Amino acid sequence: MELYSLTIHELRELLKKREVSALEVTKSYLERIKEVEPKIDALITITEDFALQRAKEADEKIKNGEDTDLTGIPVIIKDNISTEGIKTTCSSKMLENYIPPYNATVVEKLLEEGVIILGKSNLDEFAMGSSTENSAFKTTKNPWDLSRVPGGSSGGSAAAIAADEAAFALGSDTGGSIRQPASLCGVVGMKPTYGLVSRYGLVAFASSLDQIGPFTKDVTDCAIVLNTIIGHDSKDSTSLKIDKPDYTSYLKEDIKGLRIGVAKEFFGEGIEEGVKETVQESIKVLQDLGAEIIDISIPYVEYALPAYYIIASAEASSNLARYDGIRYGHIAEKYEDLIDMYMVTRSEGFGKEVKRRIMLGTYALSSGYYDAYYKKALKVRTLIKNDFEKAFEKCDVIIGPTSPTVAFKIGERANDPLAMYLADIYTVSVNIAGLPGISIPCGLSDGLPVGLQIIGRHFDEGKILNVAYAFEQANKFNAKPQAIGGAR
Amino acid sequence: MAISRSEVEHVAKLARLKFSQEEIEEFTVQLSKIIDYVNKLNELDTENVEPTAHIVPIHNVFREDEVKPSMDRDKILMNAPYKENGCFKVPKIIE
Amino acid sequence: MKYEAVIGLEVHAELLTESKIFCSCTTKFGGEPNTHVCPVCLGLPGTLPVLNKKVVEYAVRAGLALNCTIANFSKMDRKNYFYPDLPKAYQISQYDLPLCSNGYVEIEVDGKVKKIGIKRIHIEEDAGKLLHENTDGSLVDYNRAGVPLIEIVSEPDMTTPEEAYQYLTKLKNILEYTEVSDCKMQEGSLRVDTNVSVRPVGSTELGTKIELKNLNSFRAVQKALEYEIKRQIKVLEEGGTIVQETRRWNESKGITEPMRTKEEAHDYRYFPEPDLVPIIVTDEWKEEIRKSLPEMPHHKRERFIAEYGLPEYDAKIITSSKKMADFFEKCVLEYDSPKTVSNWLMGEFSRLMNETGKEIDEVPVTPQMLVKLLKLIDNGVISGSIAKTVFEEMFGTGKEPEVIVEEKGLKQIANENELREIIKKVIVENPKSVEDYKNGKEKAMGFLVGQVMKATKGKANPQLTNQILKEELSK
Repeated sequence: MELYSLTIHELRELLKKREVSALEVTKSYLERIKEVEPKIDALITITEDFALQRAKEADEKIKNGEDTDLTGIPVIIKDNISTEGIKTTCSSKMLENYIPPYNATVVEKLLEEGVIILGKSNLDEFAMGSSTENSAFKTTKNPWDLSRVPGGSSGGSAAAIAADEAAFALGSDTGGSIRQPASLCGVVGMKPTYGLVSRYGLVAFASSLDQIGPFTKDVTDCAIVLNTIIGHDSKDSTSLKIDKPDYTSYLKEDIKGLRIGVAKEFFGEGIEEGVKETVQESIKVLQDLGAEIIDISIPYVEYALPAYYIIASAEASSNLARYDGIRYGHIAEKYEDLIDMYMVTRSEGFGKEVKRRIMLGTYALSSGYYDAYYKKALKVRTLIKNDFEKAFEKCDVIIGPTSPTVAFKIGERANDPLAMYLADIYTVSVNIAGLPGISIPCGLSDGLPVGLQIIGRHFDEGKILNVAYAFEQANKFNAKPQAIGGAR
Repeated sequence: MAISRSEVEHVAKLARLKFSQEEIEEFTVQLSKIIDYVNKLNELDTENVEPTAHIVPIHNVFREDEVKPSMDRDKILMNAPYKENGCFKVPKIIE
Repeated sequence: MKYEAVIGLEVHAELLTESKIFCSCTTKFGGEPNTHVCPVCLGLPGTLPVLNKKVVEYAVRAGLALNCTIANFSKMDRKNYFYPDLPKAYQISQYDLPLCSNGYVEIEVDGKVKKIGIKRIHIEEDAGKLLHENTDGSLVDYNRAGVPLIEIVSEPDMTTPEEAYQYLTKLKNILEYTEVSDCKMQEGSLRVDTNVSVRPVGSTELGTKIELKNLNSFRAVQKALEYEIKRQIKVLEEGGTIVQETRRWNESKGITEPMRTKEEAHDYRYFPEPDLVPIIVTDEWKEEIRKSLPEMPHHKRERFIAEYGLPEYDAKIITSSKKMADFFEKCVLEYDSPKTVSNWLMGEFSRLMNETGKEIDEVPVTPQMLVKLLKLIDNGVISGSIAKTVFEEMFGTGKEPEVIVEEKGLKQIANENELREIIKKVIVENPKSVEDYKNGKEKAMGFLVGQVMKATKGKANPQLTNQILKEELSK
């Protein structure tokens, strides 16, 4: 058993008993990274020196009895989360050399706990994409099959956890960017309720939808990480003041009488047979555990994807306007005048998908189209929100597949934006409604992982974790990706 | 086409993006497809529906009027491609 | 055909908060470039704004003082445009739901009171500053980026440049009174843009609107409008048409000229700011703010009449600026003759302020110094006319009055013997006037007093001079 293959709670036991040191744990992961990284390309930056130094500090903490659940645990952070003194590129040429002078609030929280940052992970440029192919630097490969995508946009974080490059990772989810790659890589990924985790320091894609969340190897770890990263932040006006629960207290196997909603809309067109079957088997598992399965309908959910593309692109067009080469980032070398400098800089710095969304968003907000597109989408957002509220009158959580397909081939959808957008069809509605959602591995289809999505009411992460944990205990997902070799 | 070539050119200018003729062509086709797709929303009657700009219904989030130290100028300017005399430098602007 | 002008004004006023609108950087004017900057006001990727509560309170205060309706529900929006002084490439402002709307101010022109409507007041952030001194590029300083502003948009209710001038004066006065802005145009804390069109008298249709920029003082606004209205009428009378454009006031040439702007039409793509939540001003909050409002000009004016016995004219002038009124009250606290103080403020003080173009708080004379000067007169140390000389020196140098009197030897000659010798000499040197006086010409007396003053360089005690002169002449 290699240290790198352990979960947070397993590592925690060893660290607490001082059977291993944080330095040993860190070195084990750094070795693992050297071994598998050339195959999967999950990371943009590896912070080896910083990690080793932090590991020594963590060991000090443990020695002095100042340790907590995450002290000495190595993490990988998506490269759109601001890390002071460490490049934060968003996988964009625009920010290739950008070094933030400040930490995101979540990073501050992790560092305070004594977490060890191993590196920054690859993503679709500015988190726009579902395959991590839109990175300006590298294409991350799915550890289960190197010819396939890990999903996106947090594909680097998902692949890193699947390949044991860290004990846990942080990602961001705007339309499915944590849950979908978690599903495709066979790991646990959660998007918390909008406003639960501070967005301060998360490079904005679509401000009203973005949310930071964890990738972990099991549900228990998800609860542990959540305990640390949530909480009100006075730097984020949309972060909520709620009492901090202990999410590990929800990790119970009992779900008797819990009402689980199954929406027919989540089994619609485009779903692969293998995915459908695996998820239906999972529903049976939950039923056998004593949950009540209720058929529900969320009729407006089919409008979530078009509404999402308008809202997210509109906000993105504004959020990404600041990249002009004046204060930071890429700047053009040759231009005629100021306006030309803006245009050349931005055209050189952004990749195609980013430009496509900026164009769509600018169009949707422009004079004469605002009401027809942006305002319309916000109204549809109201309908979807109400839809979920109605559904949650009948059930406690809603389950379904995270993604309509298993991991697809690299290049397969690269030239068809609409086909790519469909990868998020089951996840975007959750962002539109600001709800929490988790993806947990529930089986394999053709040797590739299938994810089960569990959606809850606002701030009902506890109940989601309860269902996820009960399912996990009853249906252990022990498979490991074979394409990279050398797992447990 | 849901969007014309000249509209694409106009939007590109608004967004401060520069495209070659081929790219304009490509964007016109792709954006048209996407716009056709999002036009699906027009199937819905939203006449009496209020738009939702903020999903979590909170209001009046303020900070007190307190001054805290600003950031060291070296750090503020650290990522600037061009700087001079403690300032960011841009091409000459004629007003 | 007779034409009339239609004038609307947009005023931006910086609010007097300690910190910026969305971050904790100081709002202090000046400072080395980019030293009042943090990741938030620099718009670094990932940063978020948090609204300064005082900004809302100050805007509501201004709204209440300007008779506005205060919105119960208000929100922030993004105004998108690219410019190097705008770090996020959008300005956080308010679009369709401003904090205050539908107010008015009353102005007085030719003895008549006129209401000028205020369409809206909204809050927003200021941009940074571009410095153009460099030869091969422009430099950007973001110290000012994120300083809170209110934008006050008038209805196009003004028809003459004089009305516009009166409106601005009144508005500035009220903003100063409410203590929400110091309104210093030279530091850019008050900025004015104006829209003007002309139309035939009697017509209800509006003419083509011209926007005027680079207006650095209220007088400049007035002069630019005068020029621009004449220009537009001339164009129309010559059969031409007005082209919608932005023109720039050229102060030295005294003309407006077209600005070299980029051709493209603005499309600000406003949308609700997702990073900030709505603002709800409850009735309770509004009343709390109303209670915190300082005394308004007309109340102060009435109080000055009742409490200090000032004539209405004096009270009006003294309260026309809050700073002047404050100065007055500080003086009166230590000096029990309000009318004397008001005479000085309206007289010498105002004259020198006009001459130098300085505001009362930019003058080195403090209320305590003026009181000292007045006491020097009362105690017979200096004469009233010498006091004016001393005051001028105080105004210029900020020296204490007694120091000036000492340094320049300006003390009155109140020694009877000394004065009598001088007077005797004057009588000998002016036989003609003495003759006239004795023949009943009272005016001659004045001339002789003048000669005594001249001989003593104004230092002769006037009462004593009169007394001795009469004695000597009747000898």
